[in-house]
Amino acid sequence: MRLNVTVNGEPRQAEDVWPGESLLYVLRERLGLPGSKNACEQGECGSCTVYLDGTPVCACLVAAGQAEGREVRTVEGLAEGEALDRVQQSFVDAGAVQCGFCTPGLVVAAHDLLARVPEPTDPEIREALAGNLCRCTGYEKILDAVRLAARR
Amino acid sequence: MREYRFERPGTVTEAVRRSGSDTAYLAGGTTLVDLMKLEVMTPGRVLDINRLPLRGLDATGGGLRIGALERMTDVAADPRVRLGYPMLSQALELSASGQLRNMASIGGNLLQRTRCGYFRDVSMPCNKRQPGSGCPAIRGENRMHAVLGTSDSCVATHPSDLAVALAALDARVQLQGRDGVRTVNLCDFYLLPADTPHLEHDLRPGELVTGVIVPRLDWAQRSIYLKIRDRQSYEFALSSAAVAIRREGDTIVEARVAVGGMGTRPWRLPAVERALAGRPATSNTYAAAATATVDGTRPLRHNAFKPELMQRTLIRALLELEQTR
Ligand SMILES: Cc1cc2nc3c(=O)[nH]c(=O)nc-3n(C[C@H](O)[C@H](O)[C@H](O)COP(=O)(O)OP(=O)(O)OC[C@H]3O[C@@H](n4cnc5c(N)ncnc54)[C@H](O)[C@@H]3O)c2cc1C
Ligand code: SF4
Ligand code: FES
Ligand code: FES
Repeated sequence: MRLNVTVNGEPRQAEDVWPGESLLYVLRERLGLPGSKNACEQGECGSCTVYLDGTPVCACLVAAGQAEGREVRTVEGLAEGEALDRVQQSFVDAGAVQCGFCTPGLVVAAHDLLARVPEPTDPEIREALAGNLCRCTGYEKILDAVRLAARR
Repeated sequence: MREYRFERPGTVTEAVRRSGSDTAYLAGGTTLVDLMKLEVMTPGRVLDINRLPLRGLDATGGGLRIGALERMTDVAADPRVRLGYPMLSQALELSASGQLRNMASIGGNLLQRTRCGYFRDVSMPCNKRQPGSGCPAIRGENRMHAVLGTSDSCVATHPSDLAVALAALDARVQLQGRDGVRTVNLCDFYLLPADTPHLEHDLRPGELVTGVIVPRLDWAQRSIYLKIRDRQSYEFALSSAAVAIRREGDTIVEARVAVGGMGTRPWRLPAVERALAGRPATSNTYAAAATATVDGTRPLRHNAFKPELMQRTLIRALLELEQTR
């Protein structure tokens, strides 16, 4: 089937999509957007987090057919041209990235948190990022990055 | 993943008419897409029900009527739920992660499948997935498994937190099928495994869950859902308790109690409710009532800690409830 989705503000079409493919697969393999990462494929790690109609979801558990006609915003859609979003910049400045595999998902989840709660408490940050696993950093620098972004 | 056909019916009647033994309804997909990838569920046709008019939360008349396609996030945040039935909001917010709650629906939550590792691994036998093949959990890894309602065929825990809180509230499930609509009590909706663990619900072929009814219970304003996990967040329950208390002065007049992480289905505890009613709200009362939880438990090799954990969870829930106004 042909899948119509608006991705990062642009109407896109993917051809020959099998409806059983995940939205994550469509984004990465058919639409050339490898920002969202494919790690557990079971909804457990959050590496694949994207906005679907404005709310963050795990793209690995969205069947492509479910995305028909809807709006997706990926980590690639957060920056304004060359200027990084404040969450992205804060992850860089706080040194919150090691291997980087979890980073795109965390950036989207933190971006959503700050849109909903401009000055989150530490427990609020922890809970909002609970669905995003990082095997490298131990999370402290990630918390620093979110606190920094909230101040900017 | 096995190939399947994907359809998007526009009305409930059409969805019900199109469904059959080889079809699965798709709501949020957080259980179904996962289990299709693992080939634990292999429907030939998937009916995406997200276009059906099964949304909405209605509180006229005091109780709640929650549409099957309402998302966990939205229901948890609704002030009518948060203030009137706090244990429902808490059960939802202590489930899964933000991303998953944004996708997952109320109907899908009630119908999610067990997290038993053997069930999820198609290279292993499992009576629930493949009737008659055996149950490796009974003598295998069974730390997370059930101690109530188990059988020699299956000891899998029911994973839903929401269903535990709904059980305490006497909720009812609304269904629509080819033969019309009907409503069943949530507690009867879940079947015990007995020797047919592959039959999990009182759901006729093709029947659709259209909504959930929570009867009015004014004193549920004073309720709690306490969940004990291996880690602080984002994990299924080792043990949980949904408790509501009606007090007059220092005396407990009525109580509602259900537990999770313990049973093959959400488990209501009427004996504990009776042991609380008419007694002073003290820790002695709580401890005495909690002993009634262990009746009929059947611990396994790795989960023998569960009956005691259940008592402690319940006592702590009652103590924490005392602190809320
Ligand atoms: C990593 C992870 C952690 C989780 N942690 C928790 C937790 O801590 N607590 C908890 O309670 N849950 C937890 N869950 C489970 C999650 O809550 C469920 O997957 C979710 O609620 C299912 O809803 P859905 O809309 O996505 O269902 P779907 O996946 O769309 O459907 C689930 C099942 O129900 C059927 N179905 C769906 N809607 C209907 C309907 N209206 N009528 C008839 N049949 C229907 C489908 O055919 C399918 O068999 C977790 C899930 C994951 C992946
Ligand atoms: S406990 Fe139930 S689900 Fe798990 S292996 Fe045994 S039969 Fe299967
Ligand atoms: S890849 Fe989607 S949650 Fe891990
Ligand atoms: S930086 Fe490596 S997983 Fe988080």
